[in-house]
Amino acid sequence: MRRVALAVVSTVAGLVVLLSFKTSSPAGTPPAAIGTPSAGNLGTSGPAETSAAPRAKRSSVRATSTTVTGTAANTQFGPVQVQLTVRNGKIIKVVAVEYPTGSPQDMEINSFAIPQLNQEALAAQNASISMVSGASYTSQGYLSSLQSALDKAGL
Amino acid sequence: MTATGARTMHVEHCMGTVFSIDIRDAGDWTDAVGAVVRWLHHVDAVFSTYRPDSDISRMRRGELRLLDADPDVHRVLAHCADAQLTTGGRFTGMPGGRLDPTGLVKGWAVEQASGKLCGHGADNHAVNGGGDVQLAGEAAPGLPWAVGLVDPHDRSRVLRTVAGRNFAVASSGTVERGAHIIDPFTGGPAIGPAGVAVTGPSLTLADAYATAAFVMGADALTWIDSVPDYAALLIATDGTVRTSSRWPSG
Repeated sequence: MRRVALAVVSTVAGLVVLLSFKTSSPAGTPPAAIGTPSAGNLGTSGPAETSAAPRAKRSSVRATSTTVTGTAANTQFGPVQVQLTVRNGKIIKVVAVEYPTGSPQDMEINSFAIPQLNQEALAAQNASISMVSGASYTSQGYLSSLQSALDKAGL
Repeated sequence: MTATGARTMHVEHCMGTVFSIDIRDAGDWTDAVGAVVRWLHHVDAVFSTYRPDSDISRMRRGELRLLDADPDVHRVLAHCADAQLTTGGRFTGMPGGRLDPTGLVKGWAVEQASGKLCGHGADNHAVNGGGDVQLAGEAAPGLPWAVGLVDPHDRSRVLRTVAGRNFAVASSGTVERGAHIIDPFTGGPAIGPAGVAVTGPSLTLADAYATAAFVMGADALTWIDSVPDYAALLIATDGTVRTSSRWPSG
């Protein structure tokens, strides 16, 4: 409930999200680059939870961007896989590399959901939260929800 | 056990929505997650108003007596009666005179799921059922869980953050699902604010209180101040946010 605690939560949650990804096309940058904190102080309770590597290499990789790909998440509409581009520890781009296209309904959902993902992943990072509550989402709405972006990042 | 920084995630489609399970203890939680997944589908099979063979649907048609229904029906209806009393009738398991405990089933299912995870030894976890969240322990050693409340007018925006340990957050609103909440006093759809969030220890009650608070509108804030351990946040249709006196981040 304290602002200080929130700031720490923010940083760490961001890190956990980022570090959960596997690097698929690192463009010469070690995966450790994605551990760069976006803001704030890690404090003593930082990612003892992640690995030691990100801390060690954090300062040497500031300017390079890294692309990471999440594990495909199986939804009832088919697999959805998201690729993030990270620079200086911040998500700068989100692309859905795999998504259902089998039916007209899929296309309709995707035309709405995929563009939303980019914006929402950025919002999730800035808000630095673990879970999202809001007007209840349906199974279809989930695809474009903030929670979906968090879940995909955490896979 | 304290949170270790390890993370086990599972996403399950059930009850027409999506459940996210996020465990922050180290270990192999395959069995625990499996038990929760089976539990959620059991709840769907017993309580779904969309499935003609569910206990609730059969009871509605007069084909199944309460006496013969799944014991979980008895448990849920007891919670409904409790919530009906606390909310002065603004929440009911019989909206429009018809058996429909949907207003708290999802929150109850998630709270029970959280209890099952604790029973398996996963003391630090979060379970989110379509936007209703129960949180146990903490997100990481020394760090509280943080739940973002989505702006009903712009779902990519987080309006507020609620942080803490061992708490629940339930929301109610009409943006995605339309006018689906019945005002027990008028029998028609509640007009309500754009969104309501309720926080407190139990998601079963928070879910019911969020439904009731939506029906009450602005009166919900003074009402929930009379309910120990619970707090509410209202988002008006013009975007104005108001909170009850115990709202944690207020």
